[in-house]
Amino acid sequence: MRYLPKSPDERKLMLDAIGAGSVDELFAPIPERFRFTRDLCLPPQMAESEIVDWFRARAAENANGQQILLGAGAYNHYRPLAIDTLISRGEWFTAYTPYQPEIAQGTLQAIFEFQTMICGLTGMEVANASMYDGSTGAAEAVMMAMRVTGRHEAILARSVHPEYREVIATYAKYQGLPLTEVGFSTNGRVDLEALDKAVTDKTACVLIQSPNFFGTIEDVVAIADIVHAKGALLVVSVAEALSLALVKPPAEADIVALEAQSFGVPLSYGGPYAGVIATREKFIRQIPGRLAGQTTDRDGKRGFVLTLSTREQHIRREKATSNICTNQALVALMVNIYMDVYGKVGLRELAEQNLAKAAYARKTLGAKAKVLFEGAPRFNEFVIEGTADAEAVFTRLSKDKNIVAGLPLKRFYPELGNTSLWCATELTSREAIDTAAEEVAR
Amino acid sequence: MSTKDIKKVNTHPSQNEGLIFEHSSPGKKAYRLRQLDVPAVDAASELGSALRTEAAALPEVSEVEIVRHFTRLSTWNYAVDHGMYPLGSCTMKYNPRVNEYVARLESIAGAHPYQSEASAQGALRIMKTLADALVEICGMDAITLQPAAGAHGEMTGILLMRAYLESKGNPRKKILIPDSAHGTNPATAAMVGYQVENLRSNANGMVDLAALEAQMNEDVAGLMLTNPNTLGIFDAQIGEIAEILHAKGGLLYMDGANMNALVAKARPGDFGVDMMHLNLHKTFSTPHGGGGPGSGPVACKAHLEPFLPKPVVAENADGSLRLDYDRPQSVGRVRAFFGNFGMHVRALAYIMANGPDGLRQTTEDAVLNANYLRKKLEGTFDLPYATPTMHETVFSDKLQNKQGIKTGDIAKRLIDYGFHPYTVSFPMVVHGAMMIEPTESEPLEELDLFVDAMKAIAAECESDPELVKNAPHTTRLSRLDETAAARKPILRWKPEQK
Repeated sequence: MRYLPKSPDERKLMLDAIGAGSVDELFAPIPERFRFTRDLCLPPQMAESEIVDWFRARAAENANGQQILLGAGAYNHYRPLAIDTLISRGEWFTAYTPYQPEIAQGTLQAIFEFQTMICGLTGMEVANASMYDGSTGAAEAVMMAMRVTGRHEAILARSVHPEYREVIATYAKYQGLPLTEVGFSTNGRVDLEALDKAVTDKTACVLIQSPNFFGTIEDVVAIADIVHAKGALLVVSVAEALSLALVKPPAEADIVALEAQSFGVPLSYGGPYAGVIATREKFIRQIPGRLAGQTTDRDGKRGFVLTLSTREQHIRREKATSNICTNQALVALMVNIYMDVYGKVGLRELAEQNLAKAAYARKTLGAKAKVLFEGAPRFNEFVIEGTADAEAVFTRLSKDKNIVAGLPLKRFYPELGNTSLWCATELTSREAIDTAAEEVAR
Repeated sequence: MSTKDIKKVNTHPSQNEGLIFEHSSPGKKAYRLRQLDVPAVDAASELGSALRTEAAALPEVSEVEIVRHFTRLSTWNYAVDHGMYPLGSCTMKYNPRVNEYVARLESIAGAHPYQSEASAQGALRIMKTLADALVEICGMDAITLQPAAGAHGEMTGILLMRAYLESKGNPRKKILIPDSAHGTNPATAAMVGYQVENLRSNANGMVDLAALEAQMNEDVAGLMLTNPNTLGIFDAQIGEIAEILHAKGGLLYMDGANMNALVAKARPGDFGVDMMHLNLHKTFSTPHGGGGPGSGPVACKAHLEPFLPKPVVAENADGSLRLDYDRPQSVGRVRAFFGNFGMHVRALAYIMANGPDGLRQTTEDAVLNANYLRKKLEGTFDLPYATPTMHETVFSDKLQNKQGIKTGDIAKRLIDYGFHPYTVSFPMVVHGAMMIEPTESEPLEELDLFVDAMKAIAAECESDPELVKNAPHTTRLSRLDETAAARKPILRWKPEQK
């Protein structure tokens, strides 16, 4: 086997050193009746070239070179080549959690930079090293709000990503945390009146998403006022991180749960992505996941370590803030590099291109179908209601035009009827938008 | 001992490098945007009061500075690509390059999770093929690939346990967890609303069967067991353990963190395990990435299958694949989309490279390497349990304690010898634990260098204890002040700190 660095003679020599007659003696602790003696039913060893062929064949079974006019929590942005060349260095991708700071300063400093950039982007004071993704990050943020407030009810906006809400429901189920939903109004934003009625002095937190699942930017200030008036926390989920370059950060939030996939992370059929939790300094002891902090070494030199680990499972066990151990470090590194490539000015210009593309798409599709939720600002996504069946448009555009069309919303929002959710990024071509518009009307 | 006697490494200049923010200067850039093929819009009129007025504080740097920055930082890390990384229970094995290549194929890495099933048949086939292979390896009946890491898999597994017991009328209250378990186990049980009850180990480092018998009752949902456990000991009573649990209606969850000791040699499904998670980033060679991403599939027996998270990949009558959401008894979703798909790709490439015989040889070599180290270091270091061990072995610092030297000091000194340390002070059942897992990826030369290093350090503990207590001596930084970091946390850079 080509990944095993030993010759038969060396194996023999080692067995002799151990005093074992055969390698099977080393497996004697496994009771005989439980030893597996046949071959696993798996294909025989494949050459590297055969493996490449097999995966190329699978790649060919996926759509190739498609235009993507869909976001819904996974955004098609360009990935600068510096990202993969840098993270492909073995020092990055074949290291593990920086438990030994003397030989992990690269990873630790990169996390510290990442935390800093996330704070700048979100308007928060602290950010953790990463969570699995936006959905689990949002779930952990809701749990965190419960610990901070000592209250045991949460309200979720119905305009939060449906799959995020499903994940939160799974997490909340056995925490004694009843969830209720608050709807949206005709402009797509959270129904403030309904929210005002729903929030009580038992509410631990209200979770909203902004831009929300429909692409609409929420009135975070107004929502925060309602939520804070009852002593609850406001948790803001952000699924399209690029929006933060151009949209006022949710600085009134108490916790921001960000999905950072937009920043240089491949779509990769839904993962791996990177969630992040950012919050206020005063809640630092309740934040889940790893944190890198600055310190000095014995000679007074600046360095970084994992810190505040008494919150974590390996110290606190069942009393930990979360069971999370492995996070998404390498993905967070991609995000860090991406933010450096675009930087302060470029990220904003890039966001402006997204805004322009989405405006064009909205206008073009809007000429053939009805644009829903007018009257509130949007970033790069919007909802239309067409005359043609949304599922049929979706299938037809995929099959005939190699375009991933707007997501039919009936799957998640039966009340929205024949609607679909569209997205345009800097990579969406005008031609694809024009083609899609033709099909929407057909 | 002077550094010239250290065989594995030599000192070499490493570049100094500040924080990326410290390179920033207005007007520097590393990007050029595409030509816009649609009319530009005015952000202020599009967004109104939602417009961000002050740009986020991000650096402004050039491409060459970025490349140098991350290259320089990378040289401060130790990695599997440098050499042995014997962190016990972390399974730091070699990460094959073909895995990385195939995961980056354009229409695999570029697939959108919501594109039509018809246009994602390749991705679904990868997931299905991996799922089938893992089910066979575990001796189980069904699997979910959705959990994003081991701890996430644990949560999923305990959710299955709870849902199953609920369907039988009573979810029960407690979960038994041995004192040698990873911290994630009790933390997980708490997240699923269970009380944790500690189960003590016997003198051989295995489950105390009498204690288990006494503690098992109708209030206990099940046991979370790592087998081999964190001492590297395979619990030979596993059949009896499963029987005790099952007799009282409880379930046996296996933490698969140490599955690298078993693949192709024994199958948890054959010894009574009801469900288990796998760490693709341990056993199946997907890279650890400096702390993730991982992937934590959960395999289970048929009686738990209806409760698996949705969706699962299912086969249509015509042989094509679909995502099956119609699962009324499902515990729900544990993550958006379908899990860390990119890791599924890599793990499958690894299984294909190995085949049945390669997987078996891999496990044998992992166990061979650990036993070789144990044999060579026995006597030099205290071995708290004489019980035979599998893929990892746990020593203690008892012999070196006489000089006031602790496991953490020996670990720091190992760094000077060119190795990543073992896992320090875990498992907690061993005072001053030194938990060593070489994995199958180490050549004999590397193992011998490690043995030499450990023996030399043991000698230093006698001859020059201060040398060990103040290690490492060859790194850029040494003995960082973790207490100060926690007392007054600095978690982000601020310009005035310059």
